[in-house]
Amino acid sequence: MLLEVTHLASHYGRIQALDDISLRVDEGELVALVGANGAGKTTLLRCLSGVQPLSGGRLFFDGVDITRMAPEKRVALGIAQVPEGRQVFGPLSVEDNLRLGAYLRRDRQIGDDLDRMYALFPVLFKKRELPAGTLSGGQQQMLAIARALMSRPRLLLLDEPSMGLAPLLVAEIFEVIAGLRGNGVTLFLVEQNAHAALALADRGYVLETGSVVMSDHGAALLADDRVKAAYLGL
Amino acid sequence: MAELLQYLFSGLTSGAIYALAGLGFAIIYNSSHVINFAQGEFIMIGGMATATLNAAGMPLPLAIMAAMAVTMLVGVMLAKFAIEPARDADVVTIIIITIGASIFLRGAAQVVWDKEFHALAAFSGEVPIKLGGATLMPQSLWVFGVSVVVIAALWWFFNRTLFGKAMLATSFNRLAAQLMGIGVKKVLLVSFALSALLGAVGGIVVTPITFTNYEAGIMLGLKGFSAAVLGGLGNGMGAVVGGLIVGIAEALASGYLSSAYKDAIAFIIILFVLFFMPNGLFGKKGVDRV
Repeated sequence: MLLEVTHLASHYGRIQALDDISLRVDEGELVALVGANGAGKTTLLRCLSGVQPLSGGRLFFDGVDITRMAPEKRVALGIAQVPEGRQVFGPLSVEDNLRLGAYLRRDRQIGDDLDRMYALFPVLFKKRELPAGTLSGGQQQMLAIARALMSRPRLLLLDEPSMGLAPLLVAEIFEVIAGLRGNGVTLFLVEQNAHAALALADRGYVLETGSVVMSDHGAALLADDRVKAAYLGL
Repeated sequence: MAELLQYLFSGLTSGAIYALAGLGFAIIYNSSHVINFAQGEFIMIGGMATATLNAAGMPLPLAIMAAMAVTMLVGVMLAKFAIEPARDADVVTIIIITIGASIFLRGAAQVVWDKEFHALAAFSGEVPIKLGGATLMPQSLWVFGVSVVVIAALWWFFNRTLFGKAMLATSFNRLAAQLMGIGVKKVLLVSFALSALLGAVGGIVVTPITFTNYEAGIMLGLKGFSAAVLGGLGNGMGAVVGGLIVGIAEALASGYLSSAYKDAIAFIIILFVLFFMPNGLFGKKGVDRV
């Protein structure tokens, strides 16, 4: 088990955002978390990255208790996140954004990884010297994914990578995600686009108002009548 | 003409100090959105520590190093014990904390040192240089030279080193910076240390010209603040240009109008900027949260 979440709870002030969440992600899996807007998906990812405090429960990464660990130490252990809304460093160049993705690394292969990212997303190479804020939404999403990959994560958390993108770009982003999975990166994908996410996922969880209400194989959830009615509009 | 040149020399000298102070404001503002009103006290501590250590017999270079180290330590302690514990508080609350810290530091300076003015010998003599009918003190050249070197070093740090870029990244997007593994607490501490160093350097090079006492930081800090506001808060180049403009405007006003108006100029500039161009000369468009 790469990631284990047990009985996690989190609050914003007095409002409870997450209640008794338990889930796991195994090495090499792609696990999807689907749910409506405001269900707590982003809050859960922020808890995993350590930028949102827990009010209960525990987190384990590869057997290590990370419940109280600082965000930068979690990155060092191998947890990277592509945050909701991309959150690139707009005034900095594309290349600087990528180099900051490797901020904690001290090895000599950063340059090679940079080349790999440029091979994966050729448009980023073309625009490497431009401020990241000048990229289009889809390009910024690619940059955000590449930036997170620059830390060589063992677990990549993706928060709504398809949000706000044109349908053609959505398909492209999901292709990239499928490709990452082929390369052995473990993925935890949070999506409102439940159909695309569950179609790709090994397993999925359904989050409703801060609690996990269903979990099953991706295909089984896709076929489930309640999921169909609530999230797939069928 | 010689008169004008004379005023320009004096304006550029004080302007360089305001620029360093303004940069100190900009760096801390960028890392925490806080306006650190204790910035002037860093200038005072740098000057006072150098002057008193030198007077006590320590060689000047050693006294300068020690003063810079002491000021940086004060800056880090300020961040660690006054700013960081209040990190969840409102920005305005933290700004008030820095005002309190500046009063505390002035009080501490009276206890550690005294209320007297302290002098420091000019670094390389007092023989004025004649230039186009005006005279320039060698210490003014030290002020320019050191300021240029410090500003260039800062530019290099923020544009060419990974940690400098990480500090910028933190100011642009704190959440994303944390997700990259950038320790934002360390960024805060380093920004205070850097700002303290800038203040100390300014205080050290200007003390042979102006003397210093426990209150010397108030005016220098406020003028550095007006430099930072004029340039656009958080903009490094803006702070430098703003500092030079405030310094020159002040020298011209005290030369051609009356030296009684010297200190008023900086405040007139602040009011003018706040009324007519709240983003400053180079500031970002849009409204900022305070």
